[in-house]
Amino acid sequence: MDVFTPIIIVVAIGLVAAVVLTIASKVFFVPVDKTFAKIRAELPGANCGACGYAGCDDYANALTEDNTVSCSMCPVGGPDLVVALAAALGVEAGSAEKEVAVVLCNGNNDNTRKLMDYEGINTCKAAKQLFGGMNACKYGCLGFGDCVVSCEFDSIEMFNGVARVNRNTCVACTACVKACPQNIITMVPEKSKVVVKCSSLDKGAVTRKACDVGCIGCGKCVKVCNFDAITIENALAVIDPIKCTNCGLCVQECPTGAINSFKPIKYRAPKKAVPKKTPEEIAELKAKIEAVKKAKAEAAAKVEES
Amino acid sequence: MVGLITIMMSVILVDNFVLAQFLGICPFLGVSKKLDSAVGMGAAVIFVMVLATAATWPIYQVLDGFEIGYLQTVVFILVIASLVQLVEMVLKKYVPALHKALGVYLPLITTNCAVLGVTIMNINDGLTYVESLFNALGAGIGFLLAMVLFAGVRSKLENEAGVPDCFKGVPLTLISAAILSLSFMGFSGLFQ
Repeated sequence: MDVFTPIIIVVAIGLVAAVVLTIASKVFFVPVDKTFAKIRAELPGANCGACGYAGCDDYANALTEDNTVSCSMCPVGGPDLVVALAAALGVEAGSAEKEVAVVLCNGNNDNTRKLMDYEGINTCKAAKQLFGGMNACKYGCLGFGDCVVSCEFDSIEMFNGVARVNRNTCVACTACVKACPQNIITMVPEKSKVVVKCSSLDKGAVTRKACDVGCIGCGKCVKVCNFDAITIENALAVIDPIKCTNCGLCVQECPTGAINSFKPIKYRAPKKAVPKKTPEEIAELKAKIEAVKKAKAEAAAKVEES
Repeated sequence: MVGLITIMMSVILVDNFVLAQFLGICPFLGVSKKLDSAVGMGAAVIFVMVLATAATWPIYQVLDGFEIGYLQTVVFILVIASLVQLVEMVLKKYVPALHKALGVYLPLITTNCAVLGVTIMNINDGLTYVESLFNALGAGIGFLLAMVLFAGVRSKLENEAGVPDCFKGVPLTLISAAILSLSFMGFSGLFQ
């Protein structure tokens, strides 16, 4: 029986603890907020803390209590979770203004110059530490894709040496904003479609030397804008997203193409100007057609003979 | 009475749980970034240590009665874990403010070796029930003291001093923890 005594006693202690806890959980039951329970059920429960809160419970709590907390903080759940959370929270979540990340640089491999060939570690951070990067423009995208690696939603890609955000799948988690050592990725409201895709604070001439599509601070956009939405600060055009109406006048006016629009372009095919033919030309064409017909008939006749 | 105070002071200063016995290092390094969270953690540890001692000391007498004292570690973990669960439920129901303040620290403490350590050391040192309670209280206060001191040192170092980049973060934390521990060695021999 000596062997069984410790087993029985430990089991007894465990049972007592279990019974006490079960009773206590009934006695001290605190009704949980329905929204909280719903949200908590949606969250993956990994408790990884990647959202910036101490575990899924804490994040669910923050979402329930504070309307301004973003639904897209959880990188584990992905885009599906964002939709589910927004649905669980109801209309409030939808009314919050959606933001997207945007890369404020247009300089790809073709339209920018390089100071040197960089052959170090293939990250933007490492390249940045070597004299501020290999680009002639010290503000531009380095193109090693630290932001691409940081994005959990595959919403940012490298395109000919410059990062590009997919506005449809971006969930505004701001991971890329933090990852970019050049600080050229920012968040803009999803509805603001017209963006100055340049971050160069250099004078116009310097920018021009380094890059064909940089903002040179000429101020043409300021003049053309009907809503006073654009200002020039440090030789860089800045668009006020509140005043901007996305009319796109500045996009057409910009001499370097630094201002870009994300509006879907309504493309109209230009009317083809077909030059009218003179009677002589028509006669010539007719003669040619006749000749071809004759040749064909002769060829057919030859085949029949043989 | 003098004996009780001696026990308490010696466990606060000479045998400080964190800085002299190196128990509970995880929260010591992890939660000492901000002063207020360090105080919250320290207060929670004091509370749980006293409660755990109050519960485990009688249970050990039962175990000892059946001559299965060797099971103390397993049983103590079981008891402490369920005790903290129970306390959490009670707090959530009746003192939601305190429950919120302690937050995630309370469940974290269930697996803290400092709490288990104080209960087992009480038994090993052959302390009476009252002595055990004061020992646990002292151990908790010592933990709080270490947390507060270290949080102060860390915030000072991180915000004001010009720390070289290569030392920032974990290296600096470990070095300053070691120096703080060294300074507590100066208390050794204060009490008999």
